[in-house]
Amino acid sequence: MTTPLTVGENTVDSLLRLDRMPHIWCQGCGIGPAVGCFTRAIESSGLDPDKIALVSGIGCAGRAAGYVKLDSFHTTHGRALPFATGLKLGNPELNLVIFSGDGDLVAIGGNHLIHSARRNMDMTVICINNFNYGMTGGQAGPTTPLDARSTTTPYGNFEYPFNVPYLVAASGATYVARWTVLHVRQLEWSIAEAMTKPGFSFIEVLAPCPTLYGRMNKEPKGLDTMHSYQERSVVRDGADPKDVAIDSDGPIVVGKFVDIERPTFWDQWKLLLDRAREKKK
Amino acid sequence: MPEDGALCGTFFMNGDVACAEGAISAGCRFFAGYPITPATEVAERMSERLPHVGGIYIQMEDEIASMNAILGASWAGLKAMTSTSGPGFSLMMENLGLGVMLETPCVLVNIQRAGPSTGLPTMAAQGDMMQARWGSHGSYEIIALVPSSPQEIFDLTITAFNLSERYRVPVLVMSDEAVGHMSEKVVIPRISPKELVSRRRPDGTQEQYLPYKADEDLVPPMAIAGEGYRFHVTGLTHDERGYPVMTVEAQDQLVRRLVDKIRLNKKDIIRYEEVGVEDAEVIVCAYGISTRVARLAVQEARNAGIRAGMLRLITVWPFAEDRIRELAQQVKAFVVPEINYGQIVLEVERCAAGKASTLLVPHMGGGVHHPQTILKAIKEAVQ
Repeated sequence: MTTPLTVGENTVDSLLRLDRMPHIWCQGCGIGPAVGCFTRAIESSGLDPDKIALVSGIGCAGRAAGYVKLDSFHTTHGRALPFATGLKLGNPELNLVIFSGDGDLVAIGGNHLIHSARRNMDMTVICINNFNYGMTGGQAGPTTPLDARSTTTPYGNFEYPFNVPYLVAASGATYVARWTVLHVRQLEWSIAEAMTKPGFSFIEVLAPCPTLYGRMNKEPKGLDTMHSYQERSVVRDGADPKDVAIDSDGPIVVGKFVDIERPTFWDQWKLLLDRAREKKK
Repeated sequence: MPEDGALCGTFFMNGDVACAEGAISAGCRFFAGYPITPATEVAERMSERLPHVGGIYIQMEDEIASMNAILGASWAGLKAMTSTSGPGFSLMMENLGLGVMLETPCVLVNIQRAGPSTGLPTMAAQGDMMQARWGSHGSYEIIALVPSSPQEIFDLTITAFNLSERYRVPVLVMSDEAVGHMSEKVVIPRISPKELVSRRRPDGTQEQYLPYKADEDLVPPMAIAGEGYRFHVTGLTHDERGYPVMTVEAQDQLVRRLVDKIRLNKKDIIRYEEVGVEDAEVIVCAYGISTRVARLAVQEARNAGIRAGMLRLITVWPFAEDRIRELAQQVKAFVVPEINYGQIVLEVERCAAGKASTLLVPHMGGGVHHPQTILKAIKEAVQ
């Protein structure tokens, strides 16, 4: 006799807005699994969810703000980081997480990304990279690999993409990692580690987009991309970020690339306060 | 200096500095900005003063970031401000709309300079008046105040914060280079906490809290991040829960309320000063720096036997349309001097609705009108 498999309440249900389900993401999309890792990271980190604020920009990944039961802000395209900067400085006790996509954070929000890293603003960025603009129907962006197809690169992408971990590390981030949504355990641990570490933490999360990028690049099912992650991923903790660029079919280097200490914006601000008081005397 | 760090006494300061001091007196404790002539002195003053009053100053990477940072700080519970001029004002427009949509109290100061584009960075203009009203996309209402002196920019910056907190809307202080860089006597009174408005906070339990369920005055109480409400807000069209709803009905309900909360409360928001309008046959309708020249022109017209008066608009948006309609019944003409090629004159003309004629006295920017130019227009208007 077989025992019926029963599913009880998911322990992370209290961190989700179940009244908003079903979500808008396509079948096989990698954003949902990444949100799952994020909620489990909150649980395992023991952080107080009342003190966590999530800020998103615009796009498929930007919709995450609407599904988590946290103080959550769905802002404008590319502007999650400066909005989060104001929130953080307004209440330094808040644990700020920015959950958004590659187009949002790296293209239109690219300037805010490098400056937030430069300031070492105490926040964690979860950057979903699906190599294209999903919400608008599959256009190329600054992370689209060379030669890849998209609705705006019908003859193949001729622009070189950013190596995002390298960009962010060079700009001053003190924690930089990359995982795919196949690496659920590592991603969960990494998010928990980033959220409990002071300073600017950045996690690039490769995620399948079967509906658009996958369909145009010979991976029409989410599972195809997951298989490709399985075959191509190489875990190399401590890899030099300049060596982790992604091309269309080479190895995908994942792991924790940067984990260093540097004074945060808030540390520096406290020094400034002392200096200002000194000058006043 | 009082305990809270706000200044108190009589000072000689320029408009930009007075604006910063007004903000501090109003309880502003967060400033995010980007250097731009002729508004830079507001940021400089804030960078010097905020560390001493428990506030935070941050110089952002651009004006887009500045606007977003003040929205974020407001949601953390602080009174927040940014200041800029024409080019930066243009960059702030998208997220001014986010401020309107999320109903976020904050103050945006525009020390106007002559445009278009880089124009005359160091010289005065009033060319952004329509942009202040319509610069962000979609249907909305905004509040804009226009000071005409360093003293008034101090006073109106406090008013701006009060209106912003009261109605949960970004409030614009539309000053100009002449006021910003003019140094005059500024009397800073001891501001009592009773004179300052703070946003209404939710009093129900956290479970029942609906971020966009408005009270009778159409303004919803506002929770802030980190208090356990775990609310969601979005720039998408949303319902009372703050959840996105992509329907014509939700759009109708939301946009109507965002607009009506200002329109239906306009009596509380609109401020103006009248000079000699009781028997006037011609009224100079002016705002900001132009009113100081207009005042002289009106006096000279009186001396020449013309029954001239002045309506000085202090709140430009929402527009004082009821008062203009009333006055249009009485006067022959409105004379509208402005440092642009015709913006607020369009509103005056609309409200006069043919009952009185309307005469624009334009100035392309880079300075202020000569009083004789306005006097000449007054004479022409009564002929």
